[in-house]
This record gives sequence, structure tokens and C-alpha cells, in this order.
Amino acid sequence: MFSTDKKLLNDYQRDFPLVPRPYAEIGKQLGLSEGEVIDDFSRHQENKTISRIGAVVKNGTIGASTLAAMKVPQEKLVDIAKIVSSFDEVNHNYEREHSFNLWFVITAPSEARLQEVLNEIKNKTGISAINLPMVQDYHLDLGFKLSW
Amino acid sequence: MVNAASKLHNDDMIANEDEMALLEALCGGLPLAPRPYKILGARLGMGENDVLQSLESLIARGIIRRFGVVVQHRRLGYTANAMVVWDIADELVNDIGKRMGKFDFVTLCYQRPRRLPDWPYNLFCMVHGAQRETVLAQVRELADDLGISDVPNEILFSSRQFKQRGARYGNGHK
Repeated sequence: MFSTDKKLLNDYQRDFPLVPRPYAEIGKQLGLSEGEVIDDFSRHQENKTISRIGAVVKNGTIGASTLAAMKVPQEKLVDIAKIVSSFDEVNHNYEREHSFNLWFVITAPSEARLQEVLNEIKNKTGISAINLPMVQDYHLDLGFKLSW
Repeated sequence: MVNAASKLHNDDMIANEDEMALLEALCGGLPLAPRPYKILGARLGMGENDVLQSLESLIARGIIRRFGVVVQHRRLGYTANAMVVWDIADELVNDIGKRMGKFDFVTLCYQRPRRLPDWPYNLFCMVHGAQRETVLAQVRELADDLGISDVPNEILFSSRQFKQRGARYGNGHK
């Protein structure tokens, strides 16, 4: 079971079957029923070992996105992070060990909305973020090779 | 949603309005049911076959870089996550970036602008591992191989994760 489970997570990070019944197709490859594959993926999604089955879209093709960072006094970090996370346009928000200790990714339908979000965050937190949009992408995303 | 420029150029690299709607519908994840593409299509007024063909086209054109399972590194035990940032001379950054992006353990590699004086770094890469020591060894290997060991850099490990989910591009029609 463990190795089948690993395959579910590792082998379908790209080239997910584009056929009417993809879970049946995966089941056929792994010796599982369609229902078992669906149940296993559902469990992984509930456990948050997978965030979703979906599309990783080329940066900058759609809408606008950026990485931003702030220097937040440590005692205010949780509260400020909460404010930042409350924006629907913020999809990642992390603490990092650095004087720039709060890092977040903003994705918006337009550059104008992205700037608006940055301004609103500044107004609500009293801290201005450095805005670090991608200039060039050097990595070919092939998924993440799991090495259990 | 479709701007004037994309209409004029009909660029292959730009998603049309229907494709945008499909990508937005996919942001919540492919439905976990026997006919997921049919379900997606029903939400958008598209047939199952149209959905499959659109996805194939988006993948072929490189708009979708990867279609499949998106794992959460942390939940799988890859808890050491380092963002490594470098201050690479402008004339070298493309060459070094391309080579850096090919390392097995590098999961993202971007050029980003410097923000002087606060932020002098223009090349970013991400390395995930089970332990900090592994990640640090990989960063050393990377720097040695690329001949950038003496270039100013910093390694920023992530600690608390306040929010993580897929990107949403939506502006209303979900």
C-alpha cells in the first residue's frame, strides 16, 4: 500500500491523464479501482499532503503576480501576518529567518489590482513591503521528486 | 478579461477568455469524481471533450507548465525550505540562472529586481529538504559547481507558514 501511495503522489505530478475517466486510468496503472484512487486522493487532499490536482500556470501569462517582503517587529508578526493573509489575492504567506521576516505572494487579475493590494496592505499594517516581481524564470517545473 | 493587445496579436502564449475561465475553474482543484472534466465543463457550459482539448492546447502552448498533483512539501516531511538569494552581476545573471534552474533539488529559480539599499539580491532559488544540513550541503554544492561561492548571498529558511493555497486569478466569474 505504501508504495502505491507513493506512486499516486510522485508519478502524477505531471502528465495527469487527459481522458474522460482519469482516476480509472490511474487505477488501471496501479492495480486499484477507480473508487480507491478517488478515495486516496480525497484523503490526501483532506490531510493536505496534496493541495490540489490542477494546473501550474506559467508566470505572467495570466494576470499579475509578485513576491513581496516586509520587516515586521517580532511581537507584531502574527497579527500583521493575519492582516496580510486576509487578502484573497495573497496565496502564500511565510515567515522567514531574516530581518525581512514576512514573505508573501500576491496574484491578481491585473497589475492595477496588484498595486492596490500592496497599498491596502501598507495602509492596514503601517509597513511598506518591497515588491519583487519576477524578471525571468529559469526553472522548468517538472514537479517535486519525492525521495522516501 | 481579454485585453486589446491579445485580440490584435492573437498570441499563442495568451489564454483566451474561455481558457481563462477554465483555468479559474481549475484553481480549486480537479473534482475528485469519476468524470472530473465533465463536471468542470458543466460549470462553464463546455462539453467534456472541449475541456480536454483546451487543456491539451494550454499544455502544448506552455501556458500550463505542469498538469497534475500539487504536493505540499511540508506535510510530506520536507520541512526545511530555503530561499537562497544571490547578488549576481547583471551580465552573468541569465547564464548562471539557467544553470541553477537545472539542479535536481532546485524547485524554483527566478531573477527579481534589486531594491537598494535594503535588498541587493537579484537571483532567487528555492531548495526543499528533510533537514537543514542536507539543504545547506546542496546549496554549497550549487555554489561550488556554478563558481559563485564568493558571491554575496543569504539563505532564508522558512519557519511559520501562515497561508498556502493555489493562485487565484478570478475577478468575479467563478
